[in-house]
Amino acid sequence: MSAKAGADLHILEARSLSKRFGRVQALSGVDLQIHAGSVLALLGDNGAGKSTLVKIVSGVHRPDTGDLLLDGSRLNISSPRDASAAGIETVYQDLALCENLNVTQNLFLGRERRSPGNAIRRMFLDRRSMEAEAEKAFDILGTRIPSLAAPISALSGGQRQAVAIARAIVWQSRLVMFDEPTAALGVEQTENVHRLIRRLRDRGVGVLLITHNMVDVFALADRVIVLRQGRRVSEMDPRKCTPDDVVSAITGSERAGERSP
Amino acid sequence: MNPQRVRKGSEPAVAPKSIQDWLLKISYGELGLLPVLAALMAVLIVFNFASPYFLTPRNLSNLTLQVGVLGVMALGMSLVLFIGEIDLSAGSVSGVCAIILVLLSSRFGIPGILAVSLAILCGAAIGGIHGKLVTAIGAPSFIVTLTGLLVWQGAQRMLVGNQIGQILINDPLVISIASTFMPFWLSLLIVASTVGYALVFCIRRWKLKQHAGTAGKLGLLGRSMLFPILAIVIFLVLSNHLGVPVLLLILAILALVLTLVTEHTPFGVHIFAVGGNAEAARRAGINVARLKLILFSSCSALAAFSGIVAVSRQYAADGNTGGGNLVLDAIAAAVIGGTSLFGGRGRIQGSLLGALVIGTVANGLDLLGQSANVKSIITGLILLGAVSVDMVARQRRIRSGAAGA
Repeated sequence: MSAKAGADLHILEARSLSKRFGRVQALSGVDLQIHAGSVLALLGDNGAGKSTLVKIVSGVHRPDTGDLLLDGSRLNISSPRDASAAGIETVYQDLALCENLNVTQNLFLGRERRSPGNAIRRMFLDRRSMEAEAEKAFDILGTRIPSLAAPISALSGGQRQAVAIARAIVWQSRLVMFDEPTAALGVEQTENVHRLIRRLRDRGVGVLLITHNMVDVFALADRVIVLRQGRRVSEMDPRKCTPDDVVSAITGSERAGERSP
Repeated sequence: MNPQRVRKGSEPAVAPKSIQDWLLKISYGELGLLPVLAALMAVLIVFNFASPYFLTPRNLSNLTLQVGVLGVMALGMSLVLFIGEIDLSAGSVSGVCAIILVLLSSRFGIPGILAVSLAILCGAAIGGIHGKLVTAIGAPSFIVTLTGLLVWQGAQRMLVGNQIGQILINDPLVISIASTFMPFWLSLLIVASTVGYALVFCIRRWKLKQHAGTAGKLGLLGRSMLFPILAIVIFLVLSNHLGVPVLLLILAILALVLTLVTEHTPFGVHIFAVGGNAEAARRAGINVARLKLILFSSCSALAAFSGIVAVSRQYAADGNTGGGNLVLDAIAAAVIGGTSLFGGRGRIQGSLLGALVIGTVANGLDLLGQSANVKSIITGLILLGAVSVDMVARQRRIRSGAAGA
């Protein structure tokens, strides 16, 4: 796969992350490395700690212990805004788009560009430069949007996914996390999401894919990490294992231990 | 590089800000100002045939003054409606601030400009309390501002105290707000510069968007000239009576500032983002609580200003200032102007035009000697029409999304 070029460069490293909520140990001592231009699938049953891990990396939660390292240096994220500033973008299952706003407004939401010039001009939006940037992003994704001035409500499901993912391109994100991206989708839309994720990966973006869907894993992932009860129990190469192996690791039946590191 | 590539798809390639884009929007169910302009045209035509006095400069001059109180309040109301909230207390707030102004001026002899500023600040503070209650407790704004309606109405009557009837004001500045007309040369200058600015704006855009084609240019010209043409007509008509009222200029400036903020600044995008999907706005790093606080505060500050305009028109305030149907008319004005009660949709100009529709109906029915009851019924029916148009457009919006899949 084309992804191998920068595989040794890891963008994000998590070192022994732990997080406890009351009496529940959601995450205990999890290590993780995400490489540029490759897709890491994070699997696990409900309550295995996937969401907690995502929320730590996206700045929603802070870990009790453990570090996040970006390009080898320690990263302090305490809000989703910090995460975005560090080049970490999250694509939520519900896409988190404002249906009443148009495509460009959604892409730049919260980080609008202001007109260059004096103090008065800087109070106003620089629509032209944002639209130009948005056009580039859709060119890169290879997705056609009827009009950048169209509200999201006028777009198809596939186009909406492209808008959510185009944010990562506009912001030149280094790492994009997908939270159950295909859970509610049909076959064709799932294929669309896969195509978009491959485009991102081919641009050297590190992708963390949280999913239940074996189709996603075997279509996209370069590596698979399985969490169970807050611990990392297994790391696999999807080219050398079967869906059954992965399922065993998730559920913790006998065969799971064989491939554990 | 082909700048148009993105737009070529199953749907027609469109250039930004062109007539095609506009038609596309309408087909999506984004009707913009069309319904309210149609409603305004309709009532103007109907009353023109119904009463020979309606389209006289004298009556139209009256109309612009009558619409001031409602117009200012409707502008503030649209701000909270944009984020899917509501402010039922605007009438009471305008009333209590009107009393505060009158007391400060008449009882304590505070000069007009200071008294007006303090009254507006009181309004802003009251709105801040509403906003804080909505964001901190998470109480629905409907309940918070219903409480506000009762509390501030009570406060207003307590401030009026034992005095029967009205408290008069004779501060020259306050009185002049609604009773001064601009000199001919000043209104001419303003109208000319409006037209000039619109032309300069058009020419600059034309140069930037060579590829937009003739249709795009015509569309741009039509859009930019809408308000300058309106300004010319108003100017020509009102110059035949006493001139253009200063109140109309104030209203236009308020509407202009709010339009710039809501449609051309990042903050404006955030307002509609919160109205459309507050959770998505929060995830995008927008401080939703702060934004709501600012808007509730602005809404009440504008309500306070509408109370000041009412004082200026009546030379007095009493326990009923800001009462009656005023707050409901303000909500109706915004909705007739295309603002959605569900939040995330609407325009400032729409609310102003909506207030004009309601004001025109009231004025026209007065000329025909109809009672307040008839006014109420007709205004209600227009509101029903506006909501129906919005619901049909909403269906279209939902359908257009599904059809594109």
